[in-house]
Amino acid sequence: MDLGPYAAFIIGAYAVAILIVAALIAWVLIDQRRQRQLLSDLEARGIKRRSERSPERHP
Amino acid sequence: MPLIDLANPTRFLTLSGRILPWLSAATLIAFAFGIAQVIGAPDDYQQGATAKIMYIHVPAAWLSMFVWGTMSIAALGTLVWRHPLADVAAKAAAPIGAALTLQCLITGSLWGRPMWGTYWVWDGRLTSVLVLFLMYLGVLALWRTIEEPARAARAVAVLTLVGALNLPIIKFSVDWWSTLHQPSSVLRLGAPAMHSSILVPLLVMGLAFFLLFFTLHLAAMRNEIMRRRVRTLMLMQADAATGH
Repeated sequence: MDLGPYAAFIIGAYAVAILIVAALIAWVLIDQRRQRQLLSDLEARGIKRRSERSPERHP
Repeated sequence: MPLIDLANPTRFLTLSGRILPWLSAATLIAFAFGIAQVIGAPDDYQQGATAKIMYIHVPAAWLSMFVWGTMSIAALGTLVWRHPLADVAAKAAAPIGAALTLQCLITGSLWGRPMWGTYWVWDGRLTSVLVLFLMYLGVLALWRTIEEPARAARAVAVLTLVGALNLPIIKFSVDWWSTLHQPSSVLRLGAPAMHSSILVPLLVMGLAFFLLFFTLHLAAMRNEIMRRRVRTLMLMQADAATGH
């Protein structure tokens, strides 16, 4: 594919777009991993939301 | 399932977890198809191959405004119904909108240099998009400044609705003022002013970028819900430690 005399501008623009999209995907995946890790750490320490706790038995 | 049920964060997590793999696959397929179309698209008779920048510049420009529009609808949800999922939607959209606006500005600049002879001019279209980018940064800064999520959401919602006034300015700037930027070729009254051999790849790339936004937004919303759960649990832990 011949990009003509302005190939550097075309390639540069696509490189920027790829970089930005890759950065967005990485941000979402890294954040997801971090939040899952934090949640599982807290739950492993027995800290759970009220809705997730097992119901207490009343005599 | 009634629509209101989706507004429950737990149900949203379940449903979005089911949708996300399909949405990701659709995004990948759309990009593969779109890139193949772009490679096969003819050069413009005036701009030559440089017109290929359009296929990544124009979808980013559409999304820069669409994402702010999405945030504006979410802002109404925050201010009128005070719904936490509206806060989550607005917060998750902001970084994506900022990044795509940056993509629009940089690719536009790289397209402008060979075609206009300059990277930048302070005309109505370019300046109003730069203002949009700065407003995205302002929103991101405001989210980080106010610690309590509900208070931050209300402040951001007001800023977002004020910023929405910029959207018609961006759209009609090329009609209202003299500018180097060309007028609308696709989203205009009447038929698009573009041959189908260029229009079809542009629309496919547009679809791919919109699918990318929906995928990233859904994933970022899930992350934000988890972040709020982490915050709640940490506050509960702190309360338990201090005996409250």
